[in-house]
Formats: sequence, structure tokens, C-alpha cells
Amino acid sequence: MSAILSIEGLTVALPRGADRPHALDDVTLELRAGEILCVVGESGSGKSMTASAVMRLLPDNVALTRGRILFGGRDLAAAEEEEMRAIRGAGIAMIFQEPMTALNPLRPVGDQIGEMFRIHTDLSAEQIRARTLALLEDVRIPDPALAMRAYPHELSGGQRQRAMIAMALALSPRVLIADEPTTALDVTTQAQILSLIRDLQRRLGTAVLFITHDFGVVAEIADRVAVMQHGVVVEQGEAAAVLNSPQHPYTKALIAAVPPLAAPPPRAFSDEAILKLEGVSKTYRTGGFLGRNRRVTRAVRDVSLELPRGGTLGIVGESGSGKSTLARCVMRLIRPDTGAIRLDGTDLATQSPAQHRASARRMQMVFQDPYASLNPRRRVGELVAQGPIIHGTPREAALARAKSLFALVGLDPASTDRYPHEFSGGQRQRIGIARALALEPEVLVADEPVSALDVSVQAQVLKLLAELRQRLGLSILLITHDLRVAVQVCDLVAVMKDGEVVESGPIGRVFEAPEHPYTQSLLAAVPGREFQAARRSRL
Amino acid sequence: MRFLRAYARSPAAVVGLLLLLLVIGMAISADWLFPRDPLALAGRPLQWPGANPRFWLGTDNSGRDIAAQIFHGARVALLIGLVATSIAVVIGIVIGAVAGFYGGWVDDVLMRVTEAFQTLPNFLLLLVLVAVFGSEISTVVVAIGIVSWPAPARLTRAEFLTLRSREFVEACRTLGMRDAQIIFREILPNALPPVIVYASVVMAVAILLESALAFLRLSDPNVSSWGNLIGLGRDVLRVQWYVSAIPGLAILVTVLAVSLVGQGLNDALNPRLRGR
Amino acid sequence: MLALAGRRLAASIPSLLIILVGMFLLLQLAPGDTVDALMAQMGGGGDAALMAELRAFYGLDLSVPARLLNYLWRLVQLDLGFSSIYGKPVATVILERLPATLLLMTASLSFAFFFGLLFGVIAARRVNRWPDTVISTLGLVFYATPSFWFGLMAIVLFSVHLQWLPAGGMESIGEGLTGIRRALDIALHFVLPTLTLGLIFLAIYLRIMRASMLEVLTLDFVRTARAKGLDETRVITRHVLRNAMLPMVTLIGLQAGTMLGGSVVVESVFSLPGLGRLAYEAVVQRDLNTLLGIVFISALLVILVNFCVDLLYAKLDPRIAKETGG
Repeated sequence: MSAILSIEGLTVALPRGADRPHALDDVTLELRAGEILCVVGESGSGKSMTASAVMRLLPDNVALTRGRILFGGRDLAAAEEEEMRAIRGAGIAMIFQEPMTALNPLRPVGDQIGEMFRIHTDLSAEQIRARTLALLEDVRIPDPALAMRAYPHELSGGQRQRAMIAMALALSPRVLIADEPTTALDVTTQAQILSLIRDLQRRLGTAVLFITHDFGVVAEIADRVAVMQHGVVVEQGEAAAVLNSPQHPYTKALIAAVPPLAAPPPRAFSDEAILKLEGVSKTYRTGGFLGRNRRVTRAVRDVSLELPRGGTLGIVGESGSGKSTLARCVMRLIRPDTGAIRLDGTDLATQSPAQHRASARRMQMVFQDPYASLNPRRRVGELVAQGPIIHGTPREAALARAKSLFALVGLDPASTDRYPHEFSGGQRQRIGIARALALEPEVLVADEPVSALDVSVQAQVLKLLAELRQRLGLSILLITHDLRVAVQVCDLVAVMKDGEVVESGPIGRVFEAPEHPYTQSLLAAVPGREFQAARRSRL
Repeated sequence: MRFLRAYARSPAAVVGLLLLLLVIGMAISADWLFPRDPLALAGRPLQWPGANPRFWLGTDNSGRDIAAQIFHGARVALLIGLVATSIAVVIGIVIGAVAGFYGGWVDDVLMRVTEAFQTLPNFLLLLVLVAVFGSEISTVVVAIGIVSWPAPARLTRAEFLTLRSREFVEACRTLGMRDAQIIFREILPNALPPVIVYASVVMAVAILLESALAFLRLSDPNVSSWGNLIGLGRDVLRVQWYVSAIPGLAILVTVLAVSLVGQGLNDALNPRLRGR
Repeated sequence: MLALAGRRLAASIPSLLIILVGMFLLLQLAPGDTVDALMAQMGGGGDAALMAELRAFYGLDLSVPARLLNYLWRLVQLDLGFSSIYGKPVATVILERLPATLLLMTASLSFAFFFGLLFGVIAARRVNRWPDTVISTLGLVFYATPSFWFGLMAIVLFSVHLQWLPAGGMESIGEGLTGIRRALDIALHFVLPTLTLGLIFLAIYLRIMRASMLEVLTLDFVRTARAKGLDETRVITRHVLRNAMLPMVTLIGLQAGTMLGGSVVVESVFSLPGLGRLAYEAVVQRDLNTLLGIVFISALLVILVNFCVDLLYAKLDPRIAKETGG
């Protein structure tokens, strides 16, 4: 098959003072007609930079220094700006990661799609409207006529991404560049968008350059794969070959880090519940001056769950399912409207603030965002020592203990004098865990503890949590949107949808034989399931 | 050190700092260079600058040395700027922090009061305060501080609103920390940089407000204020315009210096926003 | 959309009440009342009986809460009281002075908004190059210039030396101009005051516009627009400009009060018979009724400007309109 787009020896220089001289170093890739080429890598691998370079939309402070980008017989690396403008959108179109922000918030969606025709064609307004409507139908957006007039904030994330795809495909470009188009979406929406991209690609014969960090997604849609690390393509080939017999150690590590979608053998834990939620509900009311335009969101509805001593309960759900609100109710960061939260029989929901401060040490939390969860103006040792100091430990003793906690979570005890920004995301998450452990809690609530981390780092942090659970006899409540995370560490799982628990039970049972249709659809939507299953049977 | 280097990278910020040091130098050296009362009669009135070597900036319509008034005026301007700004920023931080942290009805009440202050033209309120409490310099300074707090309050509130739901604040709560400690020891240090930068704007406005008040002869006439001199020079504007022109330039330079330093601080504190 | 602006309007009633009550109580602390001022104007030497009679006439002999309630009740009936200094109802005095101030504010706001927008956009498009440096530096200098001083210097240059423009007043008196010629004459008189009042706001708007443009230019949807193949001019006009204008529009509302305050000084410099000058005279002459009336009218004006700004904002930003749509 012939190459539609070939990148030859592409080198992009980073500004002086960056951690490496080149964002891209001698990158050579070939996109053939009618195929989906996945470019895979972790953050900082240069995969998105490759896409920007092809579009010639690089940030101001980096420069394309060497190499050629051949498209339609022209070298885009050397093309005039005007020539590039004619190619962008019409010859090579692009969709982005964040459908929330990739559309202009002040203009209707149809108008923004129609703009493609206004720039590149001489169609009349009437023709443009008809074509836009047809495009929105093609991407299977519900009620296309309404969506055309809607503003971006009136559509859901998945609908916005569909609108973006409609816009990108408006002029039947020969190449579509998709830069992590499903990363910001829920797993069921992701599955729909992936199948939409694949269908359209087959029908229109567009060549797709698909950028992702997720090997599950690769297994789902790639024809060929290129793996990037630190700006260099370390391996490329047919998807099946790369996935099943990776050659480069980095590829091997990445694929190995993709968690298996099968529960490990059940562990023993106590029958006695340390934490009991009974009929917990939380309703939000927004707006409503003089009672008008009031909006009521029932974030958590009548949730009853039990966390056994020494066990791990996973709460799984998509965005808006109420899982984070539930975690915050348990921690009393939010006061639930009704229901009881019993820790060893004591109801936390009705405690006074002073009582609650005193009992805070029995239950601690690990947060999602390693960048936002550490006060940037305090030394990390101090952050870890803060809890014990509040509860009466002398400062010196607390700081000394912080050092031993650092060792416990696998960090250098000598680094307690540094500030949070001097650590990587994974290290910061370890600091967050050390802070939670400093008060010697019995229950640990972990809210999406690994979702902001790269896959390989995710695996390490989860392993640490499992080890600590064993060594310290912790009981863990783990909140996650990612079934693949839950299955690695949880004993029990509860699936939440629209504020309610729709199914719960031992993780092995829920995964092997899900009863609720929603759980079934969640499991079916996990990208790369078949590849996973094949891999499991091989092992 | 890193901060200083970041600051020195912008030539405008360095120029601003030099100008500010110049004004501070004038304020410090005033007593030493012009030991006499700057408001006392010094010589023949309305001598043009340069006409008499004793008065290198000339004399005003009452025969007072303009140079002496400019140097002593630097003290008044800086004093007014610093004290009024401190008052405004402290009130603003406390109100903004409490409103932003607690939200709900506390926020509603405090924001209504803030809005009331912003709905009332601040110069008009200043006029009323001076009319009621008199125009002694200390009164004027406090009055300027009182009319200037709403903007820092809103800014602090906005910072607190975004910071209070940050996970590090939630982490402090789960540790069992008290509200006062969370507000002032944990959130405030993070909210402070933009407020400090904004203090330069408050200071610039404070100096301008006092000079306008003095120009209208509603400020303290017994103090060597640049605004007083401009007001005085207005009577002889058509011919001896230098009497008004010179103190005006002094105000311009001072306010410009304060603004440039503020901008320099902003750029040095937020490297991401450089050049904005 | 109207509902939102209407709600904001209703929400400003508490603020208005705080202002009125606060001001009323504040003025109780003022040394001397209207009668004292009146006696002083009539040449001192107060006859105690006459003063007591006058106090009863103005209702000044009642307790403070009673007077406050009286005052608020009269305000509801749009009765601002009587100015003893001008010998007319306060409402009449204020109405006579309102046109000059409204004209001055409208002109200055339009001037500052238009040129602030223009220069802000130019500076942002040439960021860190010479047009940006020149515009930003001028902006800083304008911001640092005391308006009254700028006015005085403009009078020296344009009225005294060049004799292009009149030095003060609202129109040429005694020439009996009518129609278009009168309008032109008034326009000529307003050139310098407009520049003087508008300069600092021009500086503020251009700074915020530049910053806002640079901010919006980094957003994702601008990258989308470029990826569509739009040229830079269309990226700016179709995608960046409207988004970037939002903070500037907000600022107009926030600064309406400041601008009204600035008119006190500018009207004094150019002897314009406006509300600001009236406020100054009221303070000097201790005409507290008039002062309270001005405070009330100014607050109303600021609330009105904010109402218009809310309408404009809702028109520019569909996300706001949605909030009330329910």
C-alpha cells in the first residue's frame, strides 16, 4: 500500500534549558492509505508534538530543525504558511483530547462546523446548512437539527467529541489526526467514539494517525503501531505483531503494565465490618433566587455498603455517578443529608466538628491529583508531619517519623526538606500516602489514587497500596472509574450509576458474571478486552 | 535569588525599581537637603526654574521653594501610599478570605457590603468622609484606605474560592485542622501573591486619590503635598504653568514607578504569564 | 437573559439600602447641619429662636431613627428633599446638572472602550515587539497621569498657546447658537474633558484587552480554528475577539463608580456644570441634603450601567443566558 503521509527524519528542537535538547529526534513514520496508525507513548514521549509538527502548529518556543513531512507530493516542513492553511482542515484534519475546550464556547456548533465549508469551499449558506446536518447525522449525534443550533456547553462530552469529528471529516480529508480523542471521556462513551472513528474510517477510506497512551485502545483499533519514548520511535510494526511479540524493552514494559482484566484469587479478610454506610444520601441544590430555576442534583441516593476489616472495597462508576461525593461524605468533607456512617459502631455523620476533628485520625484519605493535593508552599516532610502535630505529637518527633514513613512508601528519607514541585507525579502520590499513614489510620479512603499517573507508574502505586494493606492491616475504600484498577487490588466491588449502587459483591463474581446490564456494558466497553483475554489464555 | 533574577530579566521592572528608589531617596534626603519648612516663604514669588540658582525649580505664587516642596512631598506621597494601602489590603484580605472560605450566607452578606462600596463612586465617598471627619492628613489616609478595600477583597475572595476546594485543603480538613489555621496558614500563603501584586495598583490609586483631593483643596493644607501645589499653581496656570507642571510630573513618576514594580513582581511571581 | 439582568437589578437593592442608611448615619456625624450652613451663608450671628424654627421646618429636631425613616420614606416617593443653599428642591438641582455628567461619561466611556479595544488588540498581535512596547509603555504612562493635571496641561497647550479648543464651560455663552452649530460648539467644549477623563480608562482597558487576548490565544479552540485552516486575521475576528472582550465588559460595570468619581475632578478643572462639580460644591458648602441626593443618584446611575453591562454580557456569552433559562 502507498504512503499518504510520510515523516522522514523529523527533528524538533526544544528551547534551551529544557530537560532534553529535542522534543522529536529523527522520527520516521509512514501513514498508508486507509489504515489506522497508532502512535503510543507516555507523557513527554513526543507523540502529540509529532501531530503538531505535521499540522505545522508547533508552539512558538520549539522549532522544526530537520526532516521532511511528505503529503500529496509536497514537503510540509518547507511549505509556505498559505499553502499550509489550504491543507489544514481540507487535506489533513485534526481532533483533540479535550472536547470541553476544543470548541469555541460562544458560537453554535453548527456554525463552527459550517466554517469548514466557508473557508475551503464556495458553497451557499443553504448548501452548507444541509451538509452540516448530514455530517451531524453521520456521527450519530442525537437530534442533529437541535445539536446544530446548540452551543458547546449544551452538549455532553461525547456529543461534543462527535461534533468535533463531524467538523474534522467535513471536507473528506485524506488524513485524520486524532490526538488522544477519548482520554477525557468515560469508558462507555470512549467505546462508542472508538467504534464511530473506525466505522467512518472504513467507509470514507481516511487514513488515521491515532495518538494514545493506552494499549487497550491500540488493541481495539490499530492496524499498525509506532511506540515512542523520549522523542524517539523505538518500535513500529503491524498491530498484532507489536502487541503479541514486542521487541523493544520499553514496549514490553508498557504492555506488561496494562493491567489484566481478571481478578486475582480471593484473599482472606474478616467478616466483621469496620465501616458501615447506611442509607447515605446527598442532594445538591443550585441556583434558585426566590425559589426559581432551582436545579436539584441527587448526587448520592440511599447508599448502604460495608467495608470488612482488612478488606478492600472498590467503588466503580463513571463521571457523575456520585462516587467522589460518597467518598467525601465518608470523610465528612461533605455532610450527608441523611444516613449513618458508622466507623466501628460510632456514627460519624452526626458528630460535632470538634468530635470529628478528634476522630479524624482513624480514617484518612489519599487524593486524586498529585499536583493539587500537596500545599506547594510547604516542605514535604512538614506535610507528612502535620497530622501528628495537630494531634499532639511534638514537632521533632513528628518530623523524625515522617522520615521513616518516607522509607515505608519507597521514597528517600533524606528528601523530606524538599518542596512538592521537586517530585514527579508518582512520587507525590507516595507522599500523599505517607501523609495519610502518618496518623496510623484504620481505614484508608483512596479517591482515584492513580488516574492522573502514567500506566507504568500506576502499577507501582497500586502495588505499594496492596503491600501496605498487608503490612499495616489497613482497610481500604478505593474509588475509581477504571475497572482495570479496581480488579487489581479490590476484594469487593460496588458499581455506582446516577448516585445509586446498582450491583455489588466479591470482585471475581462481579467480573465473571455481572448481573446488572450497566455493569455488563461497563465491562464490555473496556478497550482491548479481546486482546486481554487472548493474552490471559496464553499465559 | 531565583526571584531576583526573574525580576531583573524585565528592563521595565528594573526601570521602575530605579525610579522608586529615586523617589524614596528624595523622601529620605528631604530634611537634609531642605532643612527649612518647605511651606515657609523662601523668596520672591513666581521665579521661573533656573532663573535663580537658589531655587532651581523656581518658586510658587506664595514665594515658596518648589524643589523643597517636591522633595518633602515625596515623603507625603509614599507615606499615604503605604499606610492607605496597608489598611485597604488588610481589610480586603480578612473580608475576602472569610467570604471565600465559608461561602453561603457569610459570603452573601459580606459581598453585599462590598458591592455597596463599589456601587458608590469611591471619590464621592472620600469627599463625604473628609467633609465629615475633617481633612487632617491622618484622617485622609484612613479615609483613602477605607474607600480602597473592595477590590483586594474581591480578589482575595476569588483566590479563596478556587483554593478552598483544592485537594490540599481537603487534606488539611481530613487531618483535623481548625478553620483559622487552614485559612491563614495553609490557604493565605497561596492566595497572597496576586494580592500583593494588586497592592501596587491600590498604592498607585491611593496616591492619585490624595493628589486629587489636595488639588480640590480638600486635603491637609499644612502638609507639603504635590496635589496642593498643583491646585495652587492653577491660579497662575496661563503664564506660570510650571508651578502645576512640576509636581504633576513628580506624581506621574511615582505612580509609574509603583505600577512598573508591581508588574515586575507579577511577571517574576507568575513566570507562565510573562509578558502579559 | 432579561430575567438574569432583572435578578441582578433586584440583588442591588440591598446594596443601595446599605449605602443610603450608611451615608445618612455618616452625615449625622458631620459637624454642623444645614441650618448652621444656612446661617453662616446669611452672615453668621444666629438667632436661637429662628434656628430652632428652621430646624423644626427641616425636621432636624427629631431623633436620628425617625429622621432616617422619614428620609427613606420620602426617597420611595422620589422626594430628595430641599436644598437650602440653592433654594430649590434637590431633585431639580440634580436634574439641571445631570446632562453634562451623562454626556461626559458616555463620551469618555466610548472613547476609552473603542481605543482600548483597538490598541489592546494591536499590542497582543505584536506581543513583545515594538508596537506592543510603545502601546504598553504609553498605557502605563497614561495610567500614572493624574487626570486633573493632564487637564490643566491640556488647557495650557490647546487653549492658551494653540487656542484650538475652549478652556472650560459647557458651551459658548452669549452667542445664541442654535441647532447643529450649538451641538458642534458643545462637542468642541467636551473634547478636552472627554480626553482627560477617558485617558486612565483607556489605559486600563487596553491593558486588560491585551492580557485577555493573550490568554484566549492559548486556549484549545484557537488551536482548533487554526487546524481548520483559518488565517490569523479570521482566527482573531471570529474566535478570539468576542471571548477576549468578556473581561473588558465586566470591567466597565466594575469601574462605572470610579468613572463617576473621576468626573468630580474633571468637571472642576473644566468648570462643567455637572453632578461631580455639584458634589464638590455641596461638600464645601455643607449642603448635606444635596450631597445625600447625589449619592443616591450616583448609586442609581452605577446600578443602571451595571444593568446594561449585564445585558450586553448575556448577549455576548450564551453560557450566562442558559443559567437563567432553567
